[in-house]
Amino acid sequence: MSARPAPPALDAARVRADFPLLAQSVHGKPLVYLDNAATTQKPRQVLEALDAYYRTDNANVHRGVHQLSERATAAYEGARDRIAGFINAASRRELVFVRGTTEAINLVAQSFLRPRLQPGDEILVSQLEHHSNIVPWQLVAEQTGATVRTIPMNREGELVLDALDGLLHERTKLLAVGHVSNALGTVNPLDTIIAAARRHGVPVLVDGAQALPHMAVDVRALGCDFYAFSGHKMFGPTGIGCLWARESLLEAMPPWQGGGDMIRSVRFTGSEWAELPYKFEAGTPNIAGAIGLGATVDYLVDIGMDRIAAYEHELLAYATDALRGVPELTLVGTARTKAAVLSFTLGSIHPHDIGTIVDAEGVAIRTGHHCAMPVMEFLGIPATARASLAFYNTRADIDALVRALARVREVFH
Amino acid sequence: MDLRDLYQEVIVDHNRSPRNFRRIDAPTKSLEGFNPLCGDRLTVYLTVNDGTISDVAFEGSGCAISVASASLMTEALKGKPIAEADRLFAQVHGLLTGATDAAPEGKLAVLGGVREYPSRIKCATLAWHTLTGALHGADRPVSTE
Ligand SMILES: Cc1ncc(COP(=O)(O)O)c(C=O)c1O
Repeated sequence: MSARPAPPALDAARVRADFPLLAQSVHGKPLVYLDNAATTQKPRQVLEALDAYYRTDNANVHRGVHQLSERATAAYEGARDRIAGFINAASRRELVFVRGTTEAINLVAQSFLRPRLQPGDEILVSQLEHHSNIVPWQLVAEQTGATVRTIPMNREGELVLDALDGLLHERTKLLAVGHVSNALGTVNPLDTIIAAARRHGVPVLVDGAQALPHMAVDVRALGCDFYAFSGHKMFGPTGIGCLWARESLLEAMPPWQGGGDMIRSVRFTGSEWAELPYKFEAGTPNIAGAIGLGATVDYLVDIGMDRIAAYEHELLAYATDALRGVPELTLVGTARTKAAVLSFTLGSIHPHDIGTIVDAEGVAIRTGHHCAMPVMEFLGIPATARASLAFYNTRADIDALVRALARVREVFH
Repeated sequence: MDLRDLYQEVIVDHNRSPRNFRRIDAPTKSLEGFNPLCGDRLTVYLTVNDGTISDVAFEGSGCAISVASASLMTEALKGKPIAEADRLFAQVHGLLTGATDAAPEGKLAVLGGVREYPSRIKCATLAWHTLTGALHGADRPVSTE
């Protein structure tokens, strides 16, 4: 066996220098940004791509014969190619630009699922989902008389899959599940879940919003049918995201929104749709956002997702140990396989008070229900505090959080 | 920004041991209040005799600011006429939203520290909005959103 030399470990101090926002103070303390599951910061390379596009190439795409439009179109479509490659899509025709994960899921609910649903049909979602992977299914269920059923979870924050086969049957028209839970960090065993759905012929949508920033994703190896993600959660701009779907499914789906760019010809006797993926991209798209996301993917490829995953694995272990050492702290979400997200409670101190006090120490975390109210309800708590990490975080950031938590306990004695 | 302006001793104390933290079994009025953003929820109970608040209590769960604010409110209101409750509401609301600088007298003045923390103002106003809803006949729970 000719082993390739392992790539050098990620140097967090060096990558950190790529993120200008991180080098600031808040409330007179160095900023420690631990709210990456809400949104991530952007590297200089992405900011420069956005700036360069607006300064030198700005034009509408797919329309002009002039030089600028050709350049903008090439940059926009080039970004699509690189993003499609990043997730190992079979072709660029399978990658639809949308506003983000939420819009991608709504697109699938309305264009793919709605025409297939009859009263009494079922949509299966997991208890761990973000609201944006619940509410679009409730809406389409209401529109059609279908029902939404749930895959249960346990107190560790793992999905309970023993009964999954029983939940899947001929009336199940779609299974929707997150790749990584934003509230607890659980990495769901997609191989098991997708294999079960396949046995029952049920299509699967995966909400990948929280997976892309942490690990390499290969949509074809996963074997799902739809995969949704947001640029801003993976170090790219807001307002851009992607729906990946199998080409055969996209071909069969009607357009979701109508307008310019998504048609081949328009007559009052009827219009013809454009080819994929443009059929689903009505109107002037977020050109700069797509180009920015392309630059993000270049940046991530350059660092290497496997190095990022390895680095974060270590940092998560360090952070887990460090938080376990804080008196009265309870980790919420202790799945065996986790991404670098740590939800916790601290004695009887309300998470909002924790959030305000650590903020005064320069530490940004999220507090609340994290748009996952069914998770909180199952656990019987109104809210948690959540530190969510990215590859630019360091052990020093974790130490700062631990010190800030000591300050929280001091305020409440 | 000094955290102790927000978490003053009085607030920490009223959070740790909230006053009038109980249910009134046959209240003249009661109402629930929610803050959907943080999940804070409480119920305010009132016994009113001849236009005077003879008893007031609350139950629920929330952050230190919302619990302390509710606790301080019940302390300030007991035995007061409804018109006085309305006046205090206007004062506290004015103080928290920055509409007025005239701090209410007594312990309620500590709520002024919340003003520097915009994301926490609704925590402090929740109990007060719920009170006003209960006094003036709101038939649905009060929500800060
Ligand atoms: C797991 C998960 N799904 C979906 C979303 C929604 O993403 P967006 O708001 O970018 O559409 C989020 C982000 O909050 C998330 O964490």
